[in-house]
Amino acid sequence: MSTGLVVRVLPPALLGARRSALWVERQWVASRRIWLVLVSGAFEPLLYLLAIGVGVGALVGDVTYGGQPVPYASWVAPAMLAASAMNGAVYETTGNVFFRMRYSKVYDGALATPLEPRDLALGELIWALLRGAAYAVSFAVVMAVLGLMESWWSLLLVPAALLIGLAFAGLGLYAVTFMRSWTDLDLVQLVTLPLFLFSATFVPLDDYPAWAEPIVVVTPLYQGVALLRDLSLGSVGPATLGHVAYLVVLGLTGLALAGRRFSRMLVR
Amino acid sequence: MSTPPAEHPLIAARPTGTGPAVEAVGVVKRFGDFTAVAGIDFAVAPGETFGFLGPNGAGKSSTMRMVGCVSHPTEGTMRVLGRDPRRDGPEIRGRLGVVPQQDTLDGELTVMDNMYVYGRFFRLPRAEVRARSAELLEFVQLADRATAKVDELSGGMKRRLTIARALINRPELVLLDEPTTGLDPQARHLLWERLYRLRADGVTLVLTTHYMDEAEQLCDRLVIMDRGRIVAEGGPAELIRRHAARDVVELRLPAGAEPPSGVLEELADHVERLPDRVLLSTDDGDQTLAAVIGRGVAHERAVVRRATLEDVFLRLTGRTLVD
Ligand SMILES: Nc1ncnc2c1ncn2[C@@H]1O[C@H](COP(=O)(O)OP(=O)(O)O)[C@@H](O)[C@H]1O
Ligand SMILES: [Mg+2]
Repeated sequence: MSTGLVVRVLPPALLGARRSALWVERQWVASRRIWLVLVSGAFEPLLYLLAIGVGVGALVGDVTYGGQPVPYASWVAPAMLAASAMNGAVYETTGNVFFRMRYSKVYDGALATPLEPRDLALGELIWALLRGAAYAVSFAVVMAVLGLMESWWSLLLVPAALLIGLAFAGLGLYAVTFMRSWTDLDLVQLVTLPLFLFSATFVPLDDYPAWAEPIVVVTPLYQGVALLRDLSLGSVGPATLGHVAYLVVLGLTGLALAGRRFSRMLVR
Repeated sequence: MSTPPAEHPLIAARPTGTGPAVEAVGVVKRFGDFTAVAGIDFAVAPGETFGFLGPNGAGKSSTMRMVGCVSHPTEGTMRVLGRDPRRDGPEIRGRLGVVPQQDTLDGELTVMDNMYVYGRFFRLPRAEVRARSAELLEFVQLADRATAKVDELSGGMKRRLTIARALINRPELVLLDEPTTGLDPQARHLLWERLYRLRADGVTLVLTTHYMDEAEQLCDRLVIMDRGRIVAEGGPAELIRRHAARDVVELRLPAGAEPPSGVLEELADHVERLPDRVLLSTDDGDQTLAAVIGRGVAHERAVVRRATLEDVFLRLTGRTLVD
């Protein structure tokens, strides 16, 4: 997704998006080792897919999805992509942003120029999405090479992964404004790890206890996992659009709240 | 935009418009229950170098941040470059150059990239930012450090880089919050010299300091701030004339050897007793010192000097500027 598209998708209240692009440019100048992201973007899923998809898959065999048997590796791969989109977005918008907000003075420097706090929030979000895009592309290539895409809908995996990035970057940017110390940051793990493990990532939703199902279904990573599975396994329907709407609304709400919090924190 | 004078090709735009560059009316700033700025009024004319002189905690930085449109008054109104900071913050900041008290340099970037990124924040074209960055680094004598990381710079170099960065957009108004605090004398004088050049080019400068010599050297006009209030306003010489006698005799008295009360008061217009010395304000220091000696006042050391803004501050607030 290009910067331009993100800008057009956002509500007018969040404009100043043109100024956010200037913060994205700063991020670009600061990140000399963008290639590292691309390489690790391919390396990490390779490890996961080999260990869990291929390794565990050999033990598990097929999974039933939409009434059809699907190889476990093909079934788990989109969930891995969803989890990595979540982790990338959360990582970019919590630790790094926390450091800039509480310790380094870079935001204060930027705010002495025409940039506004919400421009920084949006800039950080766009940057997280750009990195997420690089990562998702690498991941998707690995999936394709390993023959884990079952449908042409898989072409939409990368933009869909960016919706997951949007949702979690919005949440991350909002949450980070409440953090006061590095130990608070550890709480982030406390949220993302259970999501990673229990979003029908490794086990089909039907195998969860009945009481757990409705809880899992309303969590954001589940929605992302379901969306990516619909695409890569080719069972697209109205529910797919529901997942999209969920992620977009969550992301934009998080971003809008984060913009307000950035102002409160940085303009005293 | 007018072209800058040829001999100083760097310098900012000359002030536009005829109204005050900054105007504050009844400005109050509170943080919770604490009042940092307790109702101040001032106006800065275009082209002027205007100072805030006051000790730590006087409310200078709080005021500067409001002028810089990164903080808003709790009460009162502020106009900067003829506009309303609440509404037109980005437009106003686009015409300001800001040197904050604490450096806000980007530690993740090199010296040159700091200039580049900052210039881009003002939407300057890339080629222009590069050219201007090189010029400005030359101006602050940092051209040879262009590829260094910010963390490798000394305090004085960081300060100079901050000033260079603040000039990247040819600001009409430059705000300098304690530009030389913490610098050694040499670095300080280099900075002063650069500020004189800006002033000579007609840039409006607003600066804060708790060094009275800095205020005297640089400012056309200044206000003395104490505990969130303005206690006096005027040109440096005018303030001294108005609030202090011409000379000061500083006496260091032997421990426990205070002369009988009233003796010193007879010899001077005003007597100020500090923990380590006594200051006698008088229009003729030599004559007063002769009288001190004539009256047999015991002292370890005596110095006659001209009155300074420090004396003005002391007279107005009963306290010293730097403690
Ligand atoms: N963000 C803030 N929150 C709470 N108190 C503040 C804040 N900023 C400044 N103050 C207080 O306001 C007073 C004035 O501070 P400041 O404007 O920095 O003074 P100066 O720059 O003259 O030293 C100080 O007592 C300071 O502790
Ligand atoms: Mg200060």
